[in-house]
Amino acid sequence: MPAPTTAALVTRCQALFDDLSFGAAREWKAAAAGRRVVAYMPIYVPRELIHAAGMLPLGILGAGENLEVIHGDAYYQSYICRIPRSTLDLGITGRLDFVDGFLFPSICDVIRNLSGIWKILFPKVYVHYFDVPQNFDPEVGGVFYRQELQELREALARLAGRPITDDALRASFALYNQNRRLVRELYAFRAGAPWRAPASETYLVLRAGMVLPVEEHNQLLADYLAAARAEERPRRDNCRIVLNGVFCEQPPLSMIKAIEMSGCYIVDDDFMLVHRWLLEDLPVTGDPIAALSTAFLSGSTENGAKYQPRQELKGQYILEAVRANAAEGVIFAAPSFCDPALLERPMLEKVLDRVDVPHIGFKYAENSAQLQPVREQAGTFADSIKLWSTP
Amino acid sequence: MTVKPASLRPQAPVREVVKEASMVKQKEMIARNYDLLTSTAEHGRKVASTFVPGNLNELIMCFDMLNNLPEINAIQNGMRKISGDYITEAEKRGHSEDVCTYVKADLGMIAKGNVSPNGKPLPRPDLLLLSYTGCFTFMKWFELLREEYKCPTVMLHVPYQGDGETTRNMRDYIVKQLKQEVIPALERVSGVKFDIDRLRGYLRESARAEDDLVWVLESAKQTPAPIDAYFGGVYYIGPIFTAFRGTPDATEYYRLLRAEIEERLRLGLGPITPEGDMKSQKYRLVVEGPPNWTSFREFWKMFYDDGAVVVASSYTKVGGTYDLGFRHDPDHPLESLADYCMGVYTNRNLPQRIDLLEKYMDEYQADGLLINSIKSCNSFSAGQLMIMREVEKRTGKPAAFIETDLVDPRYFSAANVKNRLESYFQMIDQKRGSAPSAA
Repeated sequence: MPAPTTAALVTRCQALFDDLSFGAAREWKAAAAGRRVVAYMPIYVPRELIHAAGMLPLGILGAGENLEVIHGDAYYQSYICRIPRSTLDLGITGRLDFVDGFLFPSICDVIRNLSGIWKILFPKVYVHYFDVPQNFDPEVGGVFYRQELQELREALARLAGRPITDDALRASFALYNQNRRLVRELYAFRAGAPWRAPASETYLVLRAGMVLPVEEHNQLLADYLAAARAEERPRRDNCRIVLNGVFCEQPPLSMIKAIEMSGCYIVDDDFMLVHRWLLEDLPVTGDPIAALSTAFLSGSTENGAKYQPRQELKGQYILEAVRANAAEGVIFAAPSFCDPALLERPMLEKVLDRVDVPHIGFKYAENSAQLQPVREQAGTFADSIKLWSTP
Repeated sequence: MTVKPASLRPQAPVREVVKEASMVKQKEMIARNYDLLTSTAEHGRKVASTFVPGNLNELIMCFDMLNNLPEINAIQNGMRKISGDYITEAEKRGHSEDVCTYVKADLGMIAKGNVSPNGKPLPRPDLLLLSYTGCFTFMKWFELLREEYKCPTVMLHVPYQGDGETTRNMRDYIVKQLKQEVIPALERVSGVKFDIDRLRGYLRESARAEDDLVWVLESAKQTPAPIDAYFGGVYYIGPIFTAFRGTPDATEYYRLLRAEIEERLRLGLGPITPEGDMKSQKYRLVVEGPPNWTSFREFWKMFYDDGAVVVASSYTKVGGTYDLGFRHDPDHPLESLADYCMGVYTNRNLPQRIDLLEKYMDEYQADGLLINSIKSCNSFSAGQLMIMREVEKRTGKPAAFIETDLVDPRYFSAANVKNRLESYFQMIDQKRGSAPSAA
């Protein structure tokens, strides 16, 4: 059997992306009696705990541009972002009727309050607001977090109807370690040769990981990397940019394409940080709960949803992303009314201004249809970098 | 002392605002605190900036420090109608039009000299005490302030009651942060050693004032209600929610206030408004959400002109849910501070908020629920339409929804708000199935 091409793999990912009934997850659940599915929202949950219970973690990122939100708008004012309303629409229209549990992570007040709405509207679903420490001292935040993880572990075990053993957790760690390694490899490959792995494709490959079992996603990542490495594609005279602010409500896929088509190679981004939240492998020996806790406290991604206790380090992550990926500028793209992204942005801009890294910013919604302004802005930005930046 | 109110209609005669002894007392307390804050160069006391929800005033006082609350400064500037300029200034400096207007009013105020209501500049804080309680924006707000002030910052992370309860783990986490992070930071900045007995003394004082505050708020269960628990309520919570909880001044304020309300009850009087005693009470409302501050008087007038009195409100619980039984406890000082922080209204999950509003509807014999949805406050606003549906469903009483903002005058449309309120009052009349009672 010939190795799959990037086109074939991306076609499959696109089909998963377009399927707002989550057919793949439904099929997984139906394939064996007693299977359970636990959904989660951005920005981070320890999916290993769900997997180790024999359940499928299912990432929910709203409904994108292809669902006409009808019910969800009745629950939210116009000045609240779109992701909670389209997610509610998915729930109310029965598209998530196979979901047994739903985790709402600590990211912002909107997602936090959505957890309460979900409890009321879907009383048969296990709903949990997943709080994480903003204190990173192992003896303070760490102790708190280990207990929270342990309580989540027990609740998930009850939902699954079986205990989550340390060995099962370690086996899940190994699979997710592999997943993170592959994702890192993919990002490194794209940063090295962005014309061979466009962001519009890597996005879909990552997005597939929100609905597929990790075992399948690992294979998909490996196949895509192999295919991308094997294929030559024309290189354009694009500039290299970091895309920031896209970690929760997703832009329409056409916006990612528009940025690329307007002359920007996206060499780093903060899409679906759940894939990249933990920066290093989890140890597959020792106490697994302690391992998850330590990884969160001292080895996890920085982002607007997380407190930075040291002022001198605030926002340095954007600079590191620029430097590590040889980027020439940053595009801040935030969902309208997104507190974590929009409140963070001025601090990141300051960090970039200090070292003369150019940046632009705009807002979007998951159903933004008018992309001409984005094309014009990104195109002008790319031109200005090409024309005026110091070589 | 009297203050001339902002005229709502140019042709209306200007009336003098009626002031009772408690109001005069509070005004003096606030003025004194601003005078202290703006004279630190002279007396040398250190300043902590912090937030109303999760306010650790008793602890701050243990270190002889002053408490500066940026939310209160934003409110003051809103009521003095200068917040709009500050917000515009912050937006010019790159802050999004979509985010919290308290934050922008504060940042704009700093950019324009950080002038306090007494006309003197506020000092740079010596410590940012980031009490991260019930509001995500707090975290970013103080990260932004840290960039301005470049001063020590200490975070107290208060876990959210996502499952509608507090746990031992959550409480221990807060206590441990107090012991290992917050108290050492306060000691370092102030040079004063922590004395837990001093804290116990302040907490004992707090509990006395809290008893009287609860009595005052619950007086609105009477008919006619002797207070307005929203427009009047925001004044009643002032001392306890800000820099005075735990002081004899606060205890005295609430003693005075309680005596005044007892007298109003005895005389069968309604709430005092800026235009005198409210004469008729046709509608008893529960209100969810903060008020608008830039047109506060105009907003209030829309209610009392139509005979609507607010008998209970959620906003007056944002700095503590004392009416649910919580009291600061000198026998368990740090644990008590932890419980206080976890219990504030915005740290409760949506089902708990609905339960509380339903309870108010019942216990205060309200005719309906009114939600004032604030454009820039996701902590309150996200989910309020769900709250409205649920409370309506459970109580069978009509609910209504209006939209304004905290301190951004661009989002207060008087005509729209008034139209909606008038329609709502008609809806209540219809629901009663009879003509409105005589004014």
